[in-house]
Amino acid sequence: MFGVRSATVRFGHTLALDDVTVEVPGGSVVAVVGGDGAGKSTLLRALVGEVPLDGGTVEAPPKQRLGYLPASAGSWAALTVRQNIDFVAGIYGLAGEELTARRAELLDRASLTPAAGRLAARLSGGMRRKLGFIMAIVHRPALLILDEPSTGVDPVSRIDLWRLVSEAAASGAAVLMSTTYLDEAERAAQLVVLDSGRILVHGSYDQVRAGFAGVVTQTDEPVRAEWAWRRGRAQHEYWPGADPPPGTTVVAPDLEDIVIALSLVRRNEVLS
Amino acid sequence: MTAVQMRAKHVTRRFGAFTAVNDVSMQVQPGEVVGLLGANGAGKTTLIRMLLGLIAVTSGSVELLGGPPDRERRRRLGYVPQGLGLYGDLTVRENLSFSARAYGAAEPVLPPALTAHADVLVRELPLGVQRQVAFLAALAHSPEVLVLDEPTSGVDVLASAALWDTIRTQAEHGAGVLVTTHYMQEAQQCDRLLLMSNGQLVAQGSEADIVGSTTAVAVHTSDWAQAFAALNAAGAPVMLEGRAIRVANASPAKLQEVLNAAGIEATVQPVPATIEERMLVLARAANAS
Repeated sequence: MFGVRSATVRFGHTLALDDVTVEVPGGSVVAVVGGDGAGKSTLLRALVGEVPLDGGTVEAPPKQRLGYLPASAGSWAALTVRQNIDFVAGIYGLAGEELTARRAELLDRASLTPAAGRLAARLSGGMRRKLGFIMAIVHRPALLILDEPSTGVDPVSRIDLWRLVSEAAASGAAVLMSTTYLDEAERAAQLVVLDSGRILVHGSYDQVRAGFAGVVTQTDEPVRAEWAWRRGRAQHEYWPGADPPPGTTVVAPDLEDIVIALSLVRRNEVLS
Repeated sequence: MTAVQMRAKHVTRRFGAFTAVNDVSMQVQPGEVVGLLGANGAGKTTLIRMLLGLIAVTSGSVELLGGPPDRERRRRLGYVPQGLGLYGDLTVRENLSFSARAYGAAEPVLPPALTAHADVLVRELPLGVQRQVAFLAALAHSPEVLVLDEPTSGVDVLASAALWDTIRTQAEHGAGVLVTTHYMQEAQQCDRLLLMSNGQLVAQGSEADIVGSTTAVAVHTSDWAQAFAALNAAGAPVMLEGRAIRVANASPAKLQEVLNAAGIEATVQPVPATIEERMLVLARAANAS
């Protein structure tokens, strides 16, 4: 199985990954969630072989069986959509009729056929991410690594991208993607929440919900400000061990509540 | 304090033959957080630029803080663009004094969470902290109305909660807040939502009002990979949701037909659509017309 075991990465004095273990089984999507600086890109780049580990091990296929969409560009601005695909396909030895068929298939799936002759520089953000995705998957990789494929992408293209990602998994690829959006993580078979280089929680959404201990209440006046956060006009408050005071409204926590509550546990531990 | 902080009445804007905004009426009142949703090209940015007086209306009228959106009224507005508008080569304190002087306001007092970063260059700070600084800069002159463009995108959940706390505090003090976004998590923090598509305001109210009667279809089967392949080959907008399959913009009966033809046993059931799926349906309808 692909993944990293007890991976640790240091950049100077910063611990970018701290004892992180993630498995990426074939035929499923694993989503890595976290904000800016959580360690998502470092984890992905460690799997691609772009970042050496200071500790732990990486299990990844050889380059020719690996597909990678980096967080930036992922395509050449001065080439057309078709030229971008052909260039990458050439690196993997795809040519002739096989390339023509594969290119047509991928362009069609990504709804990019009408834009095949357009310069990548002149694509919308969503179209450019879809092109990057096609280039990452043109050689049918066994492990597909996608760094924030949907960031800055409009909602309609985002649905297109999810369909393409799902399709890759349904045809057997192991997919590891990062995202800053929790609703995307909910959709993945497995989610991994990273916070300052450490795993805050992982598992399927159902497992994460089932494993969450404590109670979340909804209130206008939180009792302990350091355990409360905003949700719309009201605030939510986390009671990790003790029961909440009588008369408070208990809510069923969603993924956002769970991730905030666990982040607060870590932060309040650090402070105390 | 005026009764309505931003108002558009039957506003239309054309660029040549193209109608970017088509007969839109909306308003933002003091103390409310209104989310403006729409796919790229739906007309959100054009509407906001008219509300702020940055471009003229073709027909209809706009009002900012009780009058035309002129320079004087724009001074009473706080705006945080997606790019944040900070200087990366200046420290937090330098950025704040610069923007305070531009607005003729007193320099804001740094909250405890930012004091440690006061003399750090903005470009060296995490995105969540940068966003807090941008908010502080935009709020120094006590604006009566706030316009925020995807205010929490890219930051972790705690930083996002802190930003929403700042936004809510402004609203509680009477500011009207207009948030443009296409993210569910941000939409769910708003009091009221407006959905634009193809230049028109097509729905407003709660999340449920926005989704309306649009449904998606959930397909449950033990053979998800086969089912996925069959539905995908039939051209349905399919995606995985855990080990289940979700299809936007499709009829359950048609999907059942496809699955039956492929010999796959599955349950097919309509479920409420997400806001994104609603936008997909609207975009497909607009393309078809």
